[in-house]
Amino acid sequence: MGESVKPFALHLALILALAVALAVLPPYPATMLARILVLAVFAMGYNLAYGYTGLLSLGHALFLAAGVFAAGLSAQFWGLSAGPALLLGVLAGGGMAAAVGLLALRTAGVSFMIVTLMFAQAGYLTILYFGPITGGDEGFTLPAASRVILGFDMSTDTPRFVAALFLFAIGLLVSLALVRSPFGRSMVAMRENEERSRMLGINPFTVKLAALVISGLYAGAAGAAYALLFGYAGANFATIQYSILPMLYVLLGGAGTTIGPFLGALLMFVLIEGTSRLARLWPVLEGMDYFVIGAALVVLVLFAPRGILGTLRERGLKWLP
Amino acid sequence: MAFGPFLLLALMEGLVTAAVLALAASGLSLLFGVMRVVNVAHGAFFMLGAVLAWAVDSVVPAPPALAFLAALVIAPLLVASLAAVADGLILKRLNYDPEATIVATIGLLYMIQQATLALYGPNANPVTAPFELRLQFPWFGYSGYKLFVVVAAALVLLALWAFMTRTKAGLIMRATQVDRTMARAFGINVDRVYMGTFALGAALAALAGVLIVPIQQAHYLMGGDPLLLSFIVVIIGGLGSLRGTIVAALIIGLSDGVISMFFSPTLAKIIATLLVAMVLVFRPQGLFGAKA
Amino acid sequence: MAPLIETRDLTLHFGGLRAVDGVDFILNAGEIHALIGPNGAGKTTFVSLLSGRRLPQSGSVLLEGEDITRLPAHLRVRKGIAYTFQITSIFPRLTVFDNVALAVQSRGTRDLAAQTRAALARVGLAGLESQEAQTLSYGHQRLLELAMGLALHPRLLILDEPTQGLAASEIEGFKALVEGLVPETTVLLIEHNMEVVMDLATNITVLNFGQVLATGTPEAIRANRAVQEAYLGA
Repeated sequence: MGESVKPFALHLALILALAVALAVLPPYPATMLARILVLAVFAMGYNLAYGYTGLLSLGHALFLAAGVFAAGLSAQFWGLSAGPALLLGVLAGGGMAAAVGLLALRTAGVSFMIVTLMFAQAGYLTILYFGPITGGDEGFTLPAASRVILGFDMSTDTPRFVAALFLFAIGLLVSLALVRSPFGRSMVAMRENEERSRMLGINPFTVKLAALVISGLYAGAAGAAYALLFGYAGANFATIQYSILPMLYVLLGGAGTTIGPFLGALLMFVLIEGTSRLARLWPVLEGMDYFVIGAALVVLVLFAPRGILGTLRERGLKWLP
Repeated sequence: MAFGPFLLLALMEGLVTAAVLALAASGLSLLFGVMRVVNVAHGAFFMLGAVLAWAVDSVVPAPPALAFLAALVIAPLLVASLAAVADGLILKRLNYDPEATIVATIGLLYMIQQATLALYGPNANPVTAPFELRLQFPWFGYSGYKLFVVVAAALVLLALWAFMTRTKAGLIMRATQVDRTMARAFGINVDRVYMGTFALGAALAALAGVLIVPIQQAHYLMGGDPLLLSFIVVIIGGLGSLRGTIVAALIIGLSDGVISMFFSPTLAKIIATLLVAMVLVFRPQGLFGAKA
Repeated sequence: MAPLIETRDLTLHFGGLRAVDGVDFILNAGEIHALIGPNGAGKTTFVSLLSGRRLPQSGSVLLEGEDITRLPAHLRVRKGIAYTFQITSIFPRLTVFDNVALAVQSRGTRDLAAQTRAALARVGLAGLESQEAQTLSYGHQRLLELAMGLALHPRLLILDEPTQGLAASEIEGFKALVEGLVPETTVLLIEHNMEVVMDLATNITVLNFGQVLATGTPEAIRANRAVQEAYLGA
């Protein structure tokens, strides 16, 4: 197989394998896989900003929550159906990323991390402040009527799985196409040597802003899909945890690899699910999921900063996109 | 109550917040100044201080004043040792890379928080104040302990300032802050300086936690707000500047007291976080600090 | 016709240091113009004012009569001013191909791959496309840097000490390459190797303490007494 065909074949094979898995798995693990796929879309967006462009954000929860609430609130108050609500969510994520980026991208490195963190925190508090509308800490359940796309009811298993897979497949293929395009090369140039790229006629601010907005579109799509597929919108999506999770998935699977975010999300779910099963036998482990997350972060950053696929790529699989 | 006394009460409450905040934030500022790292686990050290104070208080069979005194010494020391271990095992191996350090300390935060939940439980527990004293104003009574907190924090900060400017260890820390490579060339053991600084910063957070626990109960999630507020204070004060940190702590603490009393505390926090973001974007050297 | 580049009273001081101090300078299209002077004379600072990496405190920079003094660096690159770095500045973890492709694509061309290969072939790096840039030898990295500059199809190519660290044989190749660039591309060259300067340059400007000490043909500069005293040490 040619060097340019291999990655494409790999991605198609992954999508196919996931379709089979969703079809044959029992409802509980299949629903879990659908959740993983939606969160993987979020992580893929994070990866475009961090893994490829080098923008280490601690505020992506804000873009996710923008998607969740744009879809959730428009369904709740305007009776929007799932299709338009999803679209609105995508746009809200991208718009929020544009607004944050215009300010935050004047800074870099640690300052950028803190500025994005602060914006996300302000967003979270704002959701709480408008509790009567947003449902505050408790959130709200989406009206059943709004969870229908093209006549398919997203509260039932099969349509939900198909929708999750569809979204994931689009996200994955778009991200593959993007990172192999000239724009993708410019994104990587930001990560590797911003000053040099300026002297090649590239405007770093524009590239970084565009990458962040694309990343926000992914986050918005994931947020809106999560709300519509699982029927719930809540302030917890805006907490710092949801900024950390995509970072963790990306670090684990491999920053700057197209499949890394999915792999990281999958492994983290398995790890946490495993811990909670152990906890049933051994109650001291009750609620240790955050401990596992914390330990995973420390171990990754110490021993495998390139993640699983990043390490594989370094060890010979150079064609991995 | 009339407006005047009400404002006085708000200011006094704000002063207590400012005092505790100045302690916690000066620890964070110290780390940033000397080591150029941001410690996200700082709030967890604060929480550990409070929880350990409760633990010491419940095992030491002594009158409240003595037990509290014991906690005031033991809790910061334990937290400092934990921080030193974390520095040796994690941060040093990351070569204090700023971004990797943030990721690692986020991990540390989760681990400490969850371990505390497992060992200490989800409940909030009170600690008896070391003494009972009620100051009677014409309009309201006020806890003498709270004023003690203000005085104690001021004394500790004074000691910290003296340590940094008057002792050899402080001089070595400042030399390392200015130029790590040069310090190493002059035979300073930079690794030890960093470990000491990280431990000292954590101890300051823990001390703040011990002081606050008779006012506010010990709970495993209590580190979140102090972390956020310390960030705000350190950034507005100018990263790494001790004087700026203290000025900012006073301003944030007092205005938090006043705004929270008259408006919604959530709104106050929204404004503060947005203010921090804007300061970092438009005035990265802080509102009051000289260039760090 | 207006000269390709003209500066008027261009000034940038760092505190007390007058890095560039009231420089009037003219660069005509088709020249190979060398900028020489002792260390710290302000050569690199001066060209960074031309390329937009720094902004001056006063004075102006004109490109064919158009004032570009405040234009951001990346827009100057698009107007045809390319700068190659004194300390090799490539994308070490990208392939040789990607390094040059980044330069080509910023012009918005259709035939990205072919033009990238052409630029690489021009400097003699054909066949190394898929190598990671950091694995190249130092001499090859300098050539890659040059290829990135050429790939921009600049009207003005600023070379900051391009022969530094090159072997004698590599310097010969470099000279031939630069001679082949004119007159389509004008070259402004900062260079310490006087042999290279005298062989290549059609005009020379001597900077000293941030000011223009002399300007003229290689012969005139060689004969200039002030230059001899300040710089050539004769």
